[in-house]
Amino acid sequence: MNSRVSPHLRQLEAEAIFIIREVAAEFARPVLLYSIGKDSGVMLHLAQKAFYPGKLPFPLLHVDTTWKFKEMIAFRDATAARLGLDLIVYTNQEGLRRGISPIASGSALHTQVMKTEALRQALDKYRFDAAFGGARRDEEKSRAKERIFSHRSAAHAWDPRNQRPELWRLFNTRIKPGESMRVFPLSNWTEQDVWEYTAAESIPVVPLYFAKERPVVDRDGMLIMVDDERLPLKPGEKPRLERVRFRTLGCYPLSGAIRSDAATLDDILAEMHDANTSERQGRLIDHDETGSMEKKKREGYF
Amino acid sequence: MNDAVEIEILEKRAAPGGKALPTLRFLTCGSVDDGKSTLIGRLLYEQQLIHEDQLAALERDSKKHGTVGPNIDFALLVDGLEAEREQGITIDVAYRAFSTANRAFIVADTPGHEQYTRNMATGASNSDLAVLLIDSRKGLLSQTHRHATIVSLLGIRHVVLAVNKIDLVGYDQAVFEKIAADFAAFAAPLEFATCVAIPISARFGDNISQSSQLTPWYRGPSLVAYLETISVEEDRSSLPFRMPVQWVNRPHLDFRGFCGTIASGEIRPGDEIVVALSGKLTRVERILTADGDLDVARTGDSVTLTLADAVDIGRGSVLAAPQARPDVADQLAANLIWMSDEKLAPGRSYLMKIGTRTIPVSVTKVNYRLDVTTLAQHPAKTLGLNEVGFCNLAATAPIAFDPYAENRVTGAFILIDRFSNATAGAGLIAFGLRRATNIHPQDLTIVKEARARIKHQRPAVLWFTGLPGAGKSTVANLAEQQLHARGVHTILLDGDNIRHGLNKDLGFSAADRLENIRRVGEVAKLMTDAGLIVLCAFISPFAAERQMVRDILAPGEFIEIFVDTPIEQCMARDPKGLYKKALAGEIKDFTGVDQVYEAPKTPELVLGQGDATPQQSSARVIAYLVERSYVERFDDSGDWSI
Repeated sequence: MNSRVSPHLRQLEAEAIFIIREVAAEFARPVLLYSIGKDSGVMLHLAQKAFYPGKLPFPLLHVDTTWKFKEMIAFRDATAARLGLDLIVYTNQEGLRRGISPIASGSALHTQVMKTEALRQALDKYRFDAAFGGARRDEEKSRAKERIFSHRSAAHAWDPRNQRPELWRLFNTRIKPGESMRVFPLSNWTEQDVWEYTAAESIPVVPLYFAKERPVVDRDGMLIMVDDERLPLKPGEKPRLERVRFRTLGCYPLSGAIRSDAATLDDILAEMHDANTSERQGRLIDHDETGSMEKKKREGYF
Repeated sequence: MNDAVEIEILEKRAAPGGKALPTLRFLTCGSVDDGKSTLIGRLLYEQQLIHEDQLAALERDSKKHGTVGPNIDFALLVDGLEAEREQGITIDVAYRAFSTANRAFIVADTPGHEQYTRNMATGASNSDLAVLLIDSRKGLLSQTHRHATIVSLLGIRHVVLAVNKIDLVGYDQAVFEKIAADFAAFAAPLEFATCVAIPISARFGDNISQSSQLTPWYRGPSLVAYLETISVEEDRSSLPFRMPVQWVNRPHLDFRGFCGTIASGEIRPGDEIVVALSGKLTRVERILTADGDLDVARTGDSVTLTLADAVDIGRGSVLAAPQARPDVADQLAANLIWMSDEKLAPGRSYLMKIGTRTIPVSVTKVNYRLDVTTLAQHPAKTLGLNEVGFCNLAATAPIAFDPYAENRVTGAFILIDRFSNATAGAGLIAFGLRRATNIHPQDLTIVKEARARIKHQRPAVLWFTGLPGAGKSTVANLAEQQLHARGVHTILLDGDNIRHGLNKDLGFSAADRLENIRRVGEVAKLMTDAGLIVLCAFISPFAAERQMVRDILAPGEFIEIFVDTPIEQCMARDPKGLYKKALAGEIKDFTGVDQVYEAPKTPELVLGQGDATPQQSSARVIAYLVERSYVERFDDSGDWSI
């Protein structure tokens, strides 16, 4: 629409706006899953454009595992206040009582209970029938075949054998009571598209994406930032200050930093041209085994 | 900083915004093991979109599942689902985005296995170009034919024939040229706007990004070079304006905006628009976006319009250019691709989603099933999974649409099963069967009954069908002479004459034969609107196409006259010497020889049996018209008595 972005990004923007409007028109209770990351930021920006000059006709939901970076939470609350958003924050209280944490329980169980199960609980509690996610097809192999409108059973399960064909832009939004739809307006975007669009549209992002000296420790070859006192240190271990940034954000003990000098959006874009690792490399959950993302999706992980 | 380095980085950074051509969406299709996934893996690898960690996983996987020995199996990179990997078959459409310095691409990798035709149609529906893969060792397979047909059916106008595994035939020019020629012959009736063949090896990278040293006889561009430069703009911007309304934006009482994505054409503030179904006219006041008002919005833009008048518009309304409005009908004919395990149930209510509108419809008739390998039409009562058929549909209310061939957005629909909610079928509209509403009331001041009344006759179409040489034209000619002499206003449409004029662009493929009859039917309908008695003499071998003409006419207007001359007699007569040529194999698809003739089951009139002369046959036609009051009875018409 505007001249600052390339024709390629304009097409992606128009497509995403179409998808977002389609959901608002065809579902009773949609919600935008807001993870605070750069993809969520772009998605939120597009949603606001879709309904301009009106307000967002649906709330945002953040599933808070209580292990997010402090800067993420501050950014989330500032964004909600600045834009006047209807933001729901949900935490799996039962998981908290059970003492589930990425440290004590390991990444797999923590993700299962505090993200996957928490999301299901929240969707059930508020009876949301459609949830926007910021996932992109370029992130992981199994996502290349994900639909833009992805049907979930009443148990929130994803059945790769029983997905609806998606022709043209005629999205089949029909669901039975209790069932829901996950909708991915950024399906056709790449990581580079997201950053270029963020830069062109001046969308604010969490400062953790930019390089800065931060206290880190080495965990199995990954640089983990010591964001608070909950991260156990080995005897005699001292966090060291390194100039790092994050390509993806999640629970801080599960998010690996990269050494970088990229302090601006332009730096990040320049760095990406030379990058030789994929962005999900910094995520512990994908490393368990090949096909692990697909398994998590069947169970209801985003 | 070194200047040269600075410039290089700037060029790299400038590239994404400066790409000259818009994003190319294409699909790859081919048979099992033709190497589609390998090709896409290779494309990603050569654009350096495979990162070190992914490459490490790939090397690990190649040892476990790979089928290419010690080399990296690129297919494993794109075959996403575990189950597929174990079976070694791609079972679903995978979408990948990548870009070169010159262009951004989104590729749909679609499965080639026979039972997954629906996935190919899915990938094709959002693509502007198709890369058809062929294994050099195998040449054209029936699946290649099927894929080309589906691609053509879905409106893709540009095809690249990637003749893969050229390494395995020793980079042999003759093999490549034979495949290219075979395909060109098959694809001719599909009328692709561009169709090129490129010899490649996805496994070794020949002619993928770089021209290969091993195919010196090939002078054309590499696959990537070709894709970077081809212009596929069907130029929907030059089509009439269409915008299905998605959402009505009412933040407060003083603002009412109509949101949608422009399906075709362009729009400016001040332009007059019409609401397709109601025929209400108004003007565009503003074109809003979050980035400010626009002076012009074009195809593909997602915008919000405010209008000069308070017109009744909601989700599902189609806003259109008043001087070129979409068709409006509640009955239409469409090609259906069936996508459900449960067969199509004619008469059952399905939900049609067309544009932003969802409306109950039923399939009233399957005219025929299309064999997408041979293009033959087969009689059918239903359609099963992955079958394609030409069907009539009836909606519970009028629908605004364009033929799919003219507009891929406003001419497409899906059918949803109302019980399972599955997407059961995909439809491509051919034409409306009957005008449902009178959106141009001024057109109807003089109706056809009025035109016919001053001629003292009732309009009708006399449809003479029968084998070549049966005597259709002879009888029709005589009948017209007799009617003319009685003062009846007539016109004769003859197969050969029509093919020299109106239909000179059509051949004799099944699709062209259908189009031939469709046009004749529409012309005949216009003539009946003028109040005429229309005599049509056409072989029209298929029951479905004759039914199609019957369906577009008002009840009682279509009089099917079967000129049932025995084939031996037709051959003996052979007035144009055509049977002789057909029997000698010089003419293909000749009705009665190598093309079936489906005799009418319940024609209004049967002629030509026994030893009837043309005069006797013609007299029976006149008698039929008189008895049923199409023409008036004359007492002084003794000359024409039998």
